[in-house]
Amino acid sequence: MQVVKAMDQYYLKYRANIHRSLYPLSEIATTKYEAARKIIQAFIHAKSTKEIIFTRNATEAINLVAFTWGLQHLKKGDTVVLSVMEHHSNIVPWQLLRERIGIDLHFCGLTNTGRLDEMELKKVFLKKRVKLLSLVHESNVLGTINPIKRLASLAHQHGALMLVDGAQSAAHLEINVQDLGVDFYVCTGHKMCGPTGIGVLYGKEGLLNSMPPFLGGGDMIRSVSKERSTWNELPYKFEAGTPNIAGAIGLGEAVRYLQKIGMKKIHQYEMKLFQYGLPRLKKIPGIKIFGPQNFLSRGGIISFHMEGIHPHDVATFLGEKNVCVRSGNHCAEPLMRYLKIPGTTRISFYFYNTEEDIDRCISALYQLRNIFSL
Amino acid sequence: MSLFAEHIIDLYKNPLNHGVLKHVSTSHRSFNPLCGDDISVDLLFTKSRLKDIRHRGIGCAISQASISLLSEDVKGKTVDQILKIPSEKVTQLLGVSLGPVRLKCALLGLEAIHQATLSYVKKRPHS
Repeated sequence: MQVVKAMDQYYLKYRANIHRSLYPLSEIATTKYEAARKIIQAFIHAKSTKEIIFTRNATEAINLVAFTWGLQHLKKGDTVVLSVMEHHSNIVPWQLLRERIGIDLHFCGLTNTGRLDEMELKKVFLKKRVKLLSLVHESNVLGTINPIKRLASLAHQHGALMLVDGAQSAAHLEINVQDLGVDFYVCTGHKMCGPTGIGVLYGKEGLLNSMPPFLGGGDMIRSVSKERSTWNELPYKFEAGTPNIAGAIGLGEAVRYLQKIGMKKIHQYEMKLFQYGLPRLKKIPGIKIFGPQNFLSRGGIISFHMEGIHPHDVATFLGEKNVCVRSGNHCAEPLMRYLKIPGTTRISFYFYNTEEDIDRCISALYQLRNIFSL
Repeated sequence: MSLFAEHIIDLYKNPLNHGVLKHVSTSHRSFNPLCGDDISVDLLFTKSRLKDIRHRGIGCAISQASISLLSEDVKGKTVDQILKIPSEKVTQLLGVSLGPVRLKCALLGLEAIHQATLSYVKKRPHS
């Protein structure tokens, strides 16, 4: 509610462009936009607001890194290491680079408990010329939380950078990018109670300074002549054109809301729901659950498959009972192929869920089994 | 009415015309990457009329019920008649109303039959 109200305020009370005009409404808009940036800086514990770039979403943020840092530093034969559990947004930009400049991609596999195979990872660093390790923090399918601090350190030891897809994790875990030691971290508003159309790229200041611009146009320039243009300072160098002002303000408000609850508290509560839900789900005959089955290093996501029932039917039936889950490949087709399944049904807990919600879901799953006479 | 009507569940568990054709005029495989529904059809035409049809694959109850019902409906039809079958026929056969996402599931079988028939026409043009 407060996110929508904050965005409405922008549109109704001070809808002006930012960084341009001298009249009061524009000053208010600029102040609110930059205040949102500061809120996000504090939320992920970045050193400076210069390191917080507003994008359209996490996908755009990863593309930004691929097509600026990537094109500048990667050459044929260099390797970018991903994992099989990545979201398409952290696969396709690197595939585009592979086509463009001939880099190699290595998809690190998983252990049979759904965790990253770190033995395989270590071998890849020794065998190949790895320049970037790009991994998801919390898998949107398996709930696996990767040990980012340890992996960033491993990457740096071998002269590689680390990019982290924090689309899921930023909404569910406490993030400290300085402590994690990552070079880039991306997240998106729509997964953290914020509006759609807004995302964030965190990058270390030194790195961002050395990177060429992504999109060209207004705001990211200092001066423009027919012959050449010079670039604005960070973070504006990477924010071309009129941004999603309401979106940024809305995201700032969403982060304030989450901070009021407390990220540690949110994660602990989700773990409580997970510990309630998992054993009850496991009791359902014919159910197969994916991802780590203990609550260490995993988030409140449970992906499952019901024998004899297509995931689409599970989600449709649950939807008829007002239980909202997602079914399909969750934009992680390589993971589905790796697990040899067409898709999963995914339960994702958040701080607004209750044990009663879980009971309703499980009861519906038993009903569905009856309908299919299983 | 729930999508999980008895006749749909029954067709899901006991599909009509399921399997492979020994003698085939044309085949096609249609796939919906959003949900993993995957339908393959074999068609046998004799003198431009559909003599026999089989289907197989993985899919949700709606896609499976839909291809079962369609496979019965198309038997004996001419190439022209098959190509003219509209999307509305599928929902009519199913007897349930579908939102846009599930409609895609229901139409996958029709798409497979249409594409198979079109390749048959390309291979063996008829008057």
